[in-house]
Amino acid sequence: MKKLLAAGALAVMMLGLTGTGPAHAKAFTELKFGVDATYPPFESLSPSGEFVGFDMDMGRAICAYLKVKCVFVSQTFSGIIPALQARKFDAILSSMSKTPEREKAISFSTQMYDEPTSLIAKKGSGIAATVDSLKGKTVGVEAGTIQESYANAYWKPAGVKVVSYPGQDQVYADLLTGRLDASLQDSVEADYGFLKTPKGADYALVANITDDPKDVLGSYVAIGVRKNETALLAKIDEAIAALHKDGTYDKLQSKYFNFNIYQTSAN
Amino acid sequence: MIDIIQQYWRPLLYTDGYTMTGVAMTLWLLVISCLIGFCLAVPLAVARNARNPFIRLPVWTYVFVFTGTPLYVQLLIIYTGIYSLSIVQHTSFLNAFFRQGIDCTLLAFALNTGAYTTQIFAGAMRDMAFGEIEAARAIGMSGFTLYRRIIIPSSLRRALPLYSNEVILMLHSTTLAFTATVPDILKVANDANSATYEPFWSFGIAGVLYACISFTLIFTFRRAEHRFLAFLRR
Repeated sequence: MKKLLAAGALAVMMLGLTGTGPAHAKAFTELKFGVDATYPPFESLSPSGEFVGFDMDMGRAICAYLKVKCVFVSQTFSGIIPALQARKFDAILSSMSKTPEREKAISFSTQMYDEPTSLIAKKGSGIAATVDSLKGKTVGVEAGTIQESYANAYWKPAGVKVVSYPGQDQVYADLLTGRLDASLQDSVEADYGFLKTPKGADYALVANITDDPKDVLGSYVAIGVRKNETALLAKIDEAIAALHKDGTYDKLQSKYFNFNIYQTSAN
Repeated sequence: MIDIIQQYWRPLLYTDGYTMTGVAMTLWLLVISCLIGFCLAVPLAVARNARNPFIRLPVWTYVFVFTGTPLYVQLLIIYTGIYSLSIVQHTSFLNAFFRQGIDCTLLAFALNTGAYTTQIFAGAMRDMAFGEIEAARAIGMSGFTLYRRIIIPSSLRRALPLYSNEVILMLHSTTLAFTATVPDILKVANDANSATYEPFWSFGIAGVLYACISFTLIFTFRRAEHRFLAFLRR
């Protein structure tokens, strides 16, 4: 019993230590990004298990600029902020929008890109992105996303059936089987990750969501770091600015998109 | 911790205001799947011990398939796989059934626990003291009566300790339910975690809830064993 108590006490101490330890005790030689790789074209896993997508390329470019080793760590989106706090990685690079709610817990870099949230549904379904049209219909969202918060805040109380999924790929799987009438996610992700793929041929964009009086959706997409790590944040901001300056950003962007995903007005 | 309890006690215990969640959902999954599993297992256990291979082998196959593959995979096949078949989508009652995540989850859980329970009961039936059967035959019981009066009651009693383990394991397996979008205790704990960023307390509270349910189950089963297995006490 005593041993057990001692082990327990040790575990509690270690928890305390990891919680309050110095930010970067060892030299800054690698940058670990937490990624929910179910979100193409920003982050997904290639068949061979490699992290691919715009965010991943940006991450590698940021690491290259900072001359550090890049490590990507897989993490489901709903647990990504707690995992950052638990020091599983140094930064979140996962299409995360900056929102007032999230800013209470973590700090955000300058803009990576900006895109609206949009509703998609089967072509010819007649669904509109209004509460009246969606009443009684089933809408899928990924757990932990701003889209889940949005649907729960505005639509669920009005009688829309909102179903949360562990990953965005499962949302599309159920949209395809017909369990879902519509799904809510980032517009570019929906377009490139689903609508433009062969599977998404029968589906179309319904509308972008603009009505958000409670500011659930927040502003642009950025990299998230722990609150006290201002030095790391400054480095990341510096790297993003440099990538814009030397043309890397535009080069990477044109690899994936035929329009500008960076909104100068949002900063 | 207080924040999480204040904010999430309702979804953790019974509802998020729209659907059944948390402890209520976990218990619902556990009770319904164990009930169906039990009802399946009693006749299947008898069939499992049949001399006729055409009766015995299908049951053997069922038990082998469902105890030989992970429940997670079974749930994925039933939830995602089966519903993507066009024959299921175009048969109205199948469509209505498989459309709901909760139905798929209950089906997967019931078939899984049914397979394990069949194995437990079939083993208990094989371990019947032969003297009891001989005695029953001696006073003229045979076939159905023999099973109804002697073999089934006695073997179910003897299987009680093993069966209680299966129920506890099933409780732990219900944590897979969110795979099929069913909001059980763990799903609410995940919500609390992603909203408050306090994983230790979010999952700690879930752990305590599961432990309470486990404890209640163990206590109930021990009482039942005390009563039904009184003849084995020394």
